[in-house]
Amino acid sequence: MKTIKFQLETLTCPSCINKIENVLNKENGVETAKVMFNSSKVKVTFDENIITEDEIAGIIKKLGYPVLTY
Amino acid sequence: MKTKTKNRLTMASGGLLLAALTTYLFNSGAVTIDIILIVASFVAGVPIAIKAFQALRMKAFSIDLLVTIAVIGALIIGEYVESAVVSFLFLFGDYLEGRTLRKTRASLKSLMDMAPLEATVLRDGKRVAIPADEVEVGDHVIVQPGGRIPVDGKVISGQSLINEAAITGESVPVNKSEGDTVFSSTISDNGYLEIMAEKVGDDTTFAKIIELVEEAQETKAKTQKFMERFAAYYTPGIIVLSVLVGIITQNVHFALTFLVIACPGALVISVPVSIVAGIGNGAKNGILIKGGDKIENLAKVNAIVFDKTGTLTKGKPEVTDIKAFGISEEELLKLAAEVEVTSEHHLGKTIVTKAEEEGIELVNKPSDVDIMKGHGLRAKLINDSIYVGNISGAVKLGITVNSEAEDYMSQQQGKGNTAVLICKNNKVVGVISIADQIREEAAVATHQLKESGIDHLAMLTGDNKQVAEKVGTQLGMNEIYAELLPEDKVAKVKNLKSKGYNLAMVGDGINDAPAIATADVGIAMGGTATDVTMQTADIILMSDKLDKLPYAISLAKATNRNMKQNTYFALATVVLLLAGVLTGDIHLASGMLIHEISVILVILNAVRLVGYPKYQLNSSLFKRKRKKEEMIGEVVMSES
Repeated sequence: MKTIKFQLETLTCPSCINKIENVLNKENGVETAKVMFNSSKVKVTFDENIITEDEIAGIIKKLGYPVLTY
Repeated sequence: MKTKTKNRLTMASGGLLLAALTTYLFNSGAVTIDIILIVASFVAGVPIAIKAFQALRMKAFSIDLLVTIAVIGALIIGEYVESAVVSFLFLFGDYLEGRTLRKTRASLKSLMDMAPLEATVLRDGKRVAIPADEVEVGDHVIVQPGGRIPVDGKVISGQSLINEAAITGESVPVNKSEGDTVFSSTISDNGYLEIMAEKVGDDTTFAKIIELVEEAQETKAKTQKFMERFAAYYTPGIIVLSVLVGIITQNVHFALTFLVIACPGALVISVPVSIVAGIGNGAKNGILIKGGDKIENLAKVNAIVFDKTGTLTKGKPEVTDIKAFGISEEELLKLAAEVEVTSEHHLGKTIVTKAEEEGIELVNKPSDVDIMKGHGLRAKLINDSIYVGNISGAVKLGITVNSEAEDYMSQQQGKGNTAVLICKNNKVVGVISIADQIREEAAVATHQLKESGIDHLAMLTGDNKQVAEKVGTQLGMNEIYAELLPEDKVAKVKNLKSKGYNLAMVGDGINDAPAIATADVGIAMGGTATDVTMQTADIILMSDKLDKLPYAISLAKATNRNMKQNTYFALATVVLLLAGVLTGDIHLASGMLIHEISVILVILNAVRLVGYPKYQLNSSLFKRKRKKEEMIGEVVMSES
């Protein structure tokens, strides 16, 4: 199990937290996904054998949130 | 879509709206107005639609979808002004939100900016500059005067005045020299230091503080959880309402208006934004608050329990007086120290420390050491029989304690000291007094607490009654409990809670952990000490001083007030908007406008907390002492 914090651009819409969390939590291999609204980060705990951090970053990007670093 | 692109589109649509307005003023009814408005709707609408689509693709719902539907709907029914204004306001509101939110998060950001980026290490005798997180444990790090210390470690050589504000919030510099521990992100003022790295990267105290604050900001207050559940029902409820209204009244325009107010943005953000500002403010002042719920609890506190040793007192027993009968004081100290040199007892160690400080060489080694539990110890020093301990032990050994010594001992104990008797060959030769000094800032702090309305202060200690009374009355304690075992402390906390008090307990986090955990709010001092402290307490006073405590409480109260203000305001806005739409007074554009304004206002109200005044030291006495410290600091600096 790996835990990585993905840095996003400034998050402004608090209702969007659920959007990101729900989508990530449904992904195979993701154990928990938590959006840290105030630091604009997403903390994800996942099984690196099933899903990679690049793939997770890709999902977040596809949702419309550019990922700065991870 | 990158934020920059979105911002450009926002400005473009805003510009187009202005153009439309200008054209209208000159030639109302011109077709070009409609064209400009339609273009503006697209310019602003496209990024919103893209977001909506991206969410839809991942099978997620988003508010962007609602707004997109509203804009498309408005375009279809020919309400071009509405579609253009709504889409612009949504984007512009987002932009403004981002800017103002950054202000509420400014405190933590400025703290994070204190992170060191570079380090100079000694590799093979040569100085190499490397990124700070590439330093390894065991590396020798060089810090020049004025430089930022990049790791946690021990000073190997050199001496300097260190500004530890990044960790403790204290601006008065601390002197560190060989053997002392220094922390990452602190600034070395005037001296050159060579440090052996003990903790690097994410393990440093500074990194742990940042992480703690980041996590704390996300920890929800009770009101917040309620708001979020409300919003979870509100949004779908409004959508259903919108569809129903549309079907029943056949008025598409009317139905669309509901979509615009479906997201109670101000409500959802009302509490977290205050929490961020409050926690950030605390962090900058060396007060770590572990979450929004802790703020709520701290604000409600009306009674505080203190552990004595290490909290109200310095936790470092010191020799305060040496009285010798028939021999010199130096001889007395040497005698006592030589005998106590192997002692594990804190009183014995204190005597040895004092002797070392005085530069007394301990030459003779004790033999036949006999520890008399509860009394002291007896040993042979060359040919002499020495006893160091209390009167009852001396009596047991058949030593007559003369009245002069006895009176002196009573006098010392009356002052709150622990008096230790020293006898040589069954004759009293002296008394050494030891005390754990009360912290200088303690009296001011307890006074301020009482002034702020905390009417009940209690003290718990395992120490003896006399010392406890002395310390307790000096600090204005309402209740003093002495000679307690750790489990008694927990019981006392439970007892006070059952009396209906909202209780905070202040301790050093390690010994008092169970009692601290039992209180409503657990406050630990000196987070620079251990990870255990950071884990057990709800609030950590990083500077290991009591003076931040009154400020922490007033900050919590101010944050709580702020949260309430925001919540009521946001609720009022929701009601107002709903009522306005139902009565037909509020349409798409005005609805979006009021929504965005309410969000911005809520955030701006939280920004007020960021600048909450730094703790004021009211007591002029304390100001004078502070001035003395600063002056001494200056003298040291000019001498080195």
